[in-house]
Amino acid sequence: MLEIKNLTKEYKNVTAVDYLDLTIKDGEFFGLLGPNGAGKTTTVRMISTITPKTSGEIVIDGESIDRNLTAIKAKIGVVPQQNNLENETSAWENLEVHGILYGINKEKRRKKIEELFEFTGLTDRKDDLVKTYSGGMKRKLMIARALLHEPEILLLDEPTVGLDASARRKMWDLLKRLKSNGLTVLLTTHYIEEAEVLCDRVGLINKGQLLKLDTPWNLIEEVGKVTVEYFKDGETQEEFFRSREEANVYAGELEGDVRIRPSNLEDVFLKFTNRRVEEA
Amino acid sequence: MNGLYGILWQEFIVFKRKFWATTIGFLVSPILYLVAFGWGLGSGMEIDGVSYMAYIIPGIIAMNTMMTSFNNTANSINISRIFYKTFEYYVISPINMTIYALGKIIAGAFYGIYSGILITVIVSIFTSDLVITPYFIFIALLNCFVFSALGFLIGLLINSHADMSKFMSFVITPMSFLCGTFFPIDKMPEILRWFIYLLPLTHTNIALRTTGETAGNMMLHAAVLMLYLIVIFIVSIRLCKKVE
Ligand SMILES: Nc1ncnc2c1ncn2[C@@H]1O[C@H](COP(=O)(O)OP(=O)(O)OP(=O)(O)O)[C@@H](O)[C@H]1O
Ligand SMILES: [Mg+2]
Repeated sequence: MLEIKNLTKEYKNVTAVDYLDLTIKDGEFFGLLGPNGAGKTTTVRMISTITPKTSGEIVIDGESIDRNLTAIKAKIGVVPQQNNLENETSAWENLEVHGILYGINKEKRRKKIEELFEFTGLTDRKDDLVKTYSGGMKRKLMIARALLHEPEILLLDEPTVGLDASARRKMWDLLKRLKSNGLTVLLTTHYIEEAEVLCDRVGLINKGQLLKLDTPWNLIEEVGKVTVEYFKDGETQEEFFRSREEANVYAGELEGDVRIRPSNLEDVFLKFTNRRVEEA
Repeated sequence: MNGLYGILWQEFIVFKRKFWATTIGFLVSPILYLVAFGWGLGSGMEIDGVSYMAYIIPGIIAMNTMMTSFNNTANSINISRIFYKTFEYYVISPINMTIYALGKIIAGAFYGIYSGILITVIVSIFTSDLVITPYFIFIALLNCFVFSALGFLIGLLINSHADMSKFMSFVITPMSFLCGTFFPIDKMPEILRWFIYLLPLTHTNIALRTTGETAGNMMLHAAVLMLYLIVIFIVSIRLCKKVE
C-alpha cells in the first residue's frame, strides 16, 4: 500500500504539489491525470526520493520512504518521464547492472532478464547499445528494467509518451498483463484513453491539488454519460446529460453540426480543469 | 557490496569498449609536454642538480593524473546529473549514496592510475630518469583519489557545462602550472608560495621528487593529501544525500 500524506513541494515561485493526500491500494492500477505543470512528475519524483519533499509523508507498507533508507527503495520500480538508461552499454548490460545493484543472485537475474526481454519483445536487440535504440524501444527497456527486481509498486511517469499508435497499444497490452499479475501501479499520462483503459481509479490534479478521485466510470457518470458536441461561436462546445433522451431533446433544438456520443474520461477532465488536455 | 560491484562493473565495460580511444587520448598531452618542455625548452638545463627532463617527469605524472582523475569523475557525474539523468537512477536504486560516491571515485581514480602507468611506460622507453619507489606509487595513487574525489564534489555542485569549464580555467589549470609541476615553488614570490603550499598538487609534486627530503616531510605530504581526500569525501557524501 502506498500512502501519500499531505505531500507538499514548494519551489521558489511555485507550489508544485500542494497538500496531496492519496492512498493507492495493493494491486490497484492508479492513474494520475492533470494538465502540464499540474505536479504529476514532481509527485512521482518525490516518491522515488529524487526530489526532496518540502513537507508531508510517503509511506509504503507502513514504512516511511527516504533516500537513505535503502531497503524500502527496493520495493519500488520507477520509469521516470525522462529516460535514464546508460547509453554507452548494451540493453542486456543495463539490465545486468540493475540486477546486481538490486542484489539479485546471478542465476535468478539471468533468467529474469531473458524473461523480460521476451516480455517486451526486445530479445533480438538485447546486445545492441542503448544509444542505437528508438524512443519506443528505450521506453520498453525502461519498463523491463523497473520490473527486474520484482517491485511491489511500479511508478510510471508517462510510459507511452512519444510512441506511435500501434506501439502504444502494445504497451497497453504489456501494462494490462502486469495488472493481471496483481502489481500495484501509479501511472501518469496525457493520453486520457490510456487511463480509461488501464486504471481502476484515477485522480485528477491541477496546480498540485487533487480535484477528483474515483473510478473512470463513476467520474463519467458524475459528469453525465452522454455528450452533445456542437459548434457555436467559432468553438466546439459540449453539454453533458444523464441519458440519451435528455441529450436528444437538447440536440434537437440546436442548429448546424451536432453530434451525440458517449462521454469519456477526457470530457471529465475537460469539465473539471475547464480546458482540453492538449491545450493545457 | 553489491552496489560497489555493480557500479564498478558498469564503469569497466564502458572502459573496455572505449579502450583504444581512451589510451590514445591519454598519451597525447603527456607526450606533448615531454617533447615541448623536456626535450625542447629544457635540453641542457638543470634544476636542483638534475637534468630538466628528470625534473619534469614526476611533475607531468602528477599533473596528468590530477587532470585525468578530476576530468573523468567530474564530467561523468555532471553529465549523469544534467544530461543522461543516470544520477537519478542511482538515487532511486537501493544503493547507499556513500557506496555510490566510493564507486564513482574509484572508477575516476582508475583512469588517473591508468594514465600514470601509460606515462611511466612511455618515459621508461626513452630515459632512465624516472625512479619509482613504493612511496612514489603511494603518493601517485593518493593524488588520483584526491582529484577524483574533488571531481565528484564539483560534478555534484556545478549545474552547467559552462561552469565546469570555468572551474577548469580558474582552479585546475592554474594549479597544474603553479604547484611545482614545471619549476620549484621556491622560485615564486613569498606570499604566493605559502598559498601554493596549501594546495594538494604541490605536495604531490614535491613528494614525487623525494630527493633530499626528510622522513618527516615525506609523511607530511602524504598526510596533507590524505586530509584533502577525507574532507572532500565527507563533504561529497553529505551533499550526495540531499542533492537533486
Ligand atoms: N526543478 C524545478 N524548479 C522549479 N520549478 C519546478 C521544478 N520542477 C518542476 N517545477 C514546477 O513544478 C510544477 C509542476 O511540474 P511537474 O513537472 O510536476 O508537472 P507535470 O504534471 O509532470 O507536467 P507535465 O505534464 O508537463 O509533465 C510546474 O509549475 C513546474 O514549473
Ligand atoms: Mg510530468
